[in-house]
Amino acid sequence: MTAASVIESPVASAIEASRLSRAGALIGYLPVGFPSLDESIDAAVALVENGVDVLELGIPYSDPVMDGPVIQKATQASLDAGFRLRDAFTAVEKIRARVDAPVLLMTYWNPVVQYGVARFADDLRSAGGAGLITPDLTVDSGADWLVESDRTGLDRVFLAAPTSTEERLRLAVENSRGFVYTVSTMGTTGARAELGLAAEKLVGRLRSVGSTSACVGIGVSTADQIAEILSYADGAIVGSALVRALAEDGVDGVARLAAQLATGTGR
Amino acid sequence: MTIDTSPTHLRDETGPFFGEFGGRFMPESLIAALDELSAAYDEAKADPEFHRELAELHRTYTGRPSIITEVPRFAEHAGGARILLKREDLNHTGSHKICNVLGQALIAKRIGKTRLIAETGAGQHGVATATAAALFGMECVVYMGEVDTERQALNVARMRLLGAEVIPVTTGTRTLKDALNEAFRDWVANVENTHYLLGTVAGPHPFPVMVRDFVKIIGEEARQQVIDMTGALPDAVVACVGGGSNAIGIFHAFLDDPDVALHGFEAGGDGVDTLRHAASITMGRPGVLHGSRSIMLQDEDGQTVDSHSISAGLDYPGVGPEHAWLASIGRATYTPVTDAAAMQAFRLLCQTEGIIPAIESAHALAGAIELGRTLGEKATILINLSGRGDKDVETAGAYFGVLDAGAGA
Repeated sequence: MTAASVIESPVASAIEASRLSRAGALIGYLPVGFPSLDESIDAAVALVENGVDVLELGIPYSDPVMDGPVIQKATQASLDAGFRLRDAFTAVEKIRARVDAPVLLMTYWNPVVQYGVARFADDLRSAGGAGLITPDLTVDSGADWLVESDRTGLDRVFLAAPTSTEERLRLAVENSRGFVYTVSTMGTTGARAELGLAAEKLVGRLRSVGSTSACVGIGVSTADQIAEILSYADGAIVGSALVRALAEDGVDGVARLAAQLATGTGR
Repeated sequence: MTIDTSPTHLRDETGPFFGEFGGRFMPESLIAALDELSAAYDEAKADPEFHRELAELHRTYTGRPSIITEVPRFAEHAGGARILLKREDLNHTGSHKICNVLGQALIAKRIGKTRLIAETGAGQHGVATATAAALFGMECVVYMGEVDTERQALNVARMRLLGAEVIPVTTGTRTLKDALNEAFRDWVANVENTHYLLGTVAGPHPFPVMVRDFVKIIGEEARQQVIDMTGALPDAVVACVGGGSNAIGIFHAFLDDPDVALHGFEAGGDGVDTLRHAASITMGRPGVLHGSRSIMLQDEDGQTVDSHSISAGLDYPGVGPEHAWLASIGRATYTPVTDAAAMQAFRLLCQTEGIIPAIESAHALAGAIELGRTLGEKATILINLSGRGDKDVETAGAYFGVLDAGAGA
């Protein structure tokens, strides 16, 4: 048994609970500070009030190589409006004061390095955050994060891709805590009409190396896609579609979309 | 068993780390492609046929070995030091970039990729990649910051003439760093048939070491040429540094010659006391950008800071990890050169020697002028003249006010 599975994970618990009561978990992404810090907090709270089980808050970064145009535009707007890293901890704290869902931060690695990995883990823990999703940090490059997340008991979500070898899937499964972020398709974030068979196949491969918590993201934007994903995975992750709704129709709009997406979980 | 007490050979470093710098900080979606590339490169490196094929291309297509030109009239302005130019500007496509491009294109062919993508700042790397794609019958897409497509319009036209698609990048600061981001995004989506032909010694492993190996021929040739000409090693080797490929190309052969000083000149823009410069090593600090740990311009939160240089090819807020390492151990010295100093050196070389350099390379020339004045007339300075200035005629013409009204119409 690995260290990753000894520490209790609030995210894994939330996903498990959603599996018992429904088809699985709905995980919603929004960037911190878009369109403003207060509105991003309100929007995140609205997601949870409308059926989102786990929150993924994105830290805006100047060079987001995994993100498509919708999220790039929103995170750039947040940066232009003066986003600072400490705003992410503020957001986590305020959201946790209002709703009970676990909150993960999604961050590219350099901001964590500059803040200090240990200090970042401590401050995230103090703010009531659950852990990190690290799109450009893989297990084999993340020795210091493995140490600090174990020390603080934070979750750490690594990614698995359709092109990952079995050895690398095993590495992601054994070292992730919370869930494994299953990349549905080769490409950056953004809604896609068809998800194809790659995600289901990849979840099957993750299961065969021992994954008990695989959530599928990238390209997911409709309740039908969520229902389809939850027929084989533990959770579905929606990002760009929510960001677009927030940009176009504000907090009310993103709340309506969340409620509609949640029907895909059997809620 | 004996303990190896020989001195460290700096030339032997093969990554993924150079000291604390380098590594591979990339999305999982690209790791398989990076592993495939590493394996293919290691295999090619051990295959004499690969080296023969590349050498033959360099002889019959690139025009190697490139010559050395001594520039005494220019040297009068540099303390009378003996100044030798390694003429990478005379290569096919006009810069040192072709060396890396032909090497990587051959690797791409070996692993069955049919599409090349590249980022470009000044357009030199884009032109070289478009050239290789035409030569090997591959599809080619070049990402170029929108700002750069405007200031390097001639190179955009060149790439299109060569059959490449040029995509202006409108995200972020719309310059070289954003072109890299966009190329990575394309690669994530198209990795099955696409090779990302990264144009400098940055990025995730194996790029820094692979690109270095393809450009180190510059220093290997130059080292022997200088010995043949002068009977000795040069006192100093000089290059401009953006991402750092031409600099590592000429430095590498001299890394284990402790008496040869290595000087990299970064783009000082309006001056490093302003916010408008691209002097990553001088003003930056360690961090992770574009897949490796190196030194970069960033704010307190680790957000990459906008860089500025009159030269599009040096307008990059990061630098390759091997340079970060050479700076950290003191083996090479990195100094900023302002736009103004670079442009004065640009004009000086034009008017004393009849050679129009790339504005990138003019930073090395400006650095060498100062260095020559310090070292004096007994010194020999080898400069990597990394590219020619044809692409910069409009920028330089406007800078010096020598364009006739309406000449650009």
